[in-house]
Amino acid sequence: MTEITKHEPTTIYIKPSKGLAALNLRDLWIYRELIFFMVWRDVKVKYKQTLLGMAWAVIQPVMTMLIFTFLFDRVAKLPTEGIPYPVFSFTALLPWGLFVVALNQGSRSLVAHNNMVTKIYFPRLILPMSSVFAGLVDFAIAFVILVILMVYYQVAPAWNLLWTLPFFLLLAIVTALGVALWLSAINVQYRDVNQALPFLTQFWLFATPVAYSASVISAKWQILYSLNPMAGVVNGFRWALLGIGNGPDITFWVSAGISILIFVSGLFYFRSMEKTFADTI
Amino acid sequence: MATAISVKNIGKQYKIGAAESKFRYNMLRDVIVDTVAAPVRLVKAMIGKSDRRLNQNYVWALKDVSFDLEEGKVLGIVGRNGAGKSTLLKILSRVTEPTVGTVSVRGRVGSLLEVGTGFHPELTGRENIYMNGAILGMRRAEIDAKFDEIVEFSEVTQYIDTPVKRYSSGMYLRLAFAVAAHLEPEILVVDEVLAVGDAEFQKKCLGKMGDVAQQGRTVLFVSHNMSAILRLTQEAIVLNKGQMIMRAPTQEAVDFYLSSGQAQAGQRDWGVEDVPASSAPFRPISLKIKSRSGKVVDTVRSIEPVTVEFEYQLDAPVTGLRVGMYLSTMRGEYVLASFDTDEPNLFEKFDSRKSGRYVSRAEIPADMFNEGRYTIGVNASSFGVRRYFMDENAIAFNVDISGAPGTHWPEPRVGPVRPRLNWAIEKMD
Repeated sequence: MTEITKHEPTTIYIKPSKGLAALNLRDLWIYRELIFFMVWRDVKVKYKQTLLGMAWAVIQPVMTMLIFTFLFDRVAKLPTEGIPYPVFSFTALLPWGLFVVALNQGSRSLVAHNNMVTKIYFPRLILPMSSVFAGLVDFAIAFVILVILMVYYQVAPAWNLLWTLPFFLLLAIVTALGVALWLSAINVQYRDVNQALPFLTQFWLFATPVAYSASVISAKWQILYSLNPMAGVVNGFRWALLGIGNGPDITFWVSAGISILIFVSGLFYFRSMEKTFADTI
Repeated sequence: MATAISVKNIGKQYKIGAAESKFRYNMLRDVIVDTVAAPVRLVKAMIGKSDRRLNQNYVWALKDVSFDLEEGKVLGIVGRNGAGKSTLLKILSRVTEPTVGTVSVRGRVGSLLEVGTGFHPELTGRENIYMNGAILGMRRAEIDAKFDEIVEFSEVTQYIDTPVKRYSSGMYLRLAFAVAAHLEPEILVVDEVLAVGDAEFQKKCLGKMGDVAQQGRTVLFVSHNMSAILRLTQEAIVLNKGQMIMRAPTQEAVDFYLSSGQAQAGQRDWGVEDVPASSAPFRPISLKIKSRSGKVVDTVRSIEPVTVEFEYQLDAPVTGLRVGMYLSTMRGEYVLASFDTDEPNLFEKFDSRKSGRYVSRAEIPADMFNEGRYTIGVNASSFGVRRYFMDENAIAFNVDISGAPGTHWPEPRVGPVRPRLNWAIEKMD
């Protein structure tokens, strides 16, 4: 029998929370290991009992890239600013893949773990967060493929800009998490989210310069176009990795602003709905 | 002694009946209008401006409950289904928030509301121990330190690296309980976990709970098993319809609970609202305890036969129905179970019962019970098909032993039964 931990127990006050509840980051810190375990479990379980296993993390983005190459390069002959189309589209597929995983897994995370939500206490934020972080593993694998593609097509990275990549990655995570916070909280009460997700993903892909270059959008629509936070992320990735595009200009900052707005508002919406999750899920 | 839990005037309100608004359409036009308006409704509801008048009723699952609990005490919580026990535990373990009132809790609350939460069938036993431990709020180092103990307690040592989807349900539950039992929080909340596993494992669980209590941890224990409540707790509270109606030493509280459940001494009546919709077509009406003279009584004499009469209505024909009773002592230990179609001739004759009103009547012979209080639970089911209705604690009655064998010695006799055995004494020389 192990001894009781001798530290002085802390007192927790439970009362109906009013208005926008405090973010309670302290609990999130206490439960930080749970985030790690949830991510670890997601990754571990994802490809269990599949024939191809982890190969799926390679096959999926590569197949998408091949289809895009056929449709938009060979058939539609879209401009790519001098970059071989496979590299051009794959650079965008990196953050896009992360975003899609976050959107789909994150939005369903609360409902999918409803037995946890109704049985025990833990900061609910952990569920959408770990879904998003689990997407980073696939991201890392896809990144290796990109390096291989760049070597094969002899595309030199934009060495002088490469150091900005982590910031764009962070922006991609913030965007994905923000959307996942909103949709997962709404999904608890309205399962319409489940129905809307496939459509939303598809629509969003067309509205984001993944398969095409943002430069094909005419100048007067650029600001409206940049209201899509993923547009900023994808353009940023291309700029940091391949050195094409304008770099952070006004349209980028509009995109980034929208990302942060979605994230912060999502955080508060999630926290204010959190108290009813166990009752309505 | 410091106060571990302090509950002040908490209440929890639930919304019911919102689903019915879906079925109020009369015309196709309404349906179309409603469908078109649905996105607007969704947005309204999201920003909290939904029309609250729409068929929404509120019920208080818990109302005005207050109590303090000192550190190291073990408190039992008893009450019928729906009395608010689980809601109370959910609030204390922070799964849900109270609608009103405040609670202060000193220390980590470990909840055994449901064991095995977060177990993933594809992961091995080892992996699930870490996963489940983290979900319950254990640190990785803490799990490392207790790992061997957990595995040993769960008795699945040789399968620890097998995915838990290959486990039997018993192994699965044992592993799940083992993790939860080793959480060692300052406050442990236990709800009905004793229903899991075989008898041997249940004994181990009870032992573990006893250990936990002896280490000076605070325990809240909810169970329908009165003997477990009596064994493990010194004090208990009784909940009824969301309100706390008593707090007393366990023996007294259990006594009160077992006798208060009844509407009327010797007779229990079920109103329409007392019967869950899921019981249909079976509808219980009344249960009576009758003495030899046919009077409805609360206290029977052990030297006289007792008649138990269960009246019920079948709203549709039922095949293979058996109606019966479970008789147990007030400590929750079963004495017997018996069904109206136990006899082969009745079993054949009543293979299917037409709709209508029925009485199933049994005579319990004289010289059966020892002194004390007994409860009768009723049950109506089609064996292997469906259970229509069950009330584990339908009625209670007292047994008076005056005139029973051996009463000329003024001492209590052990055991729930006190039969008149045909003793013979022979001199052997």
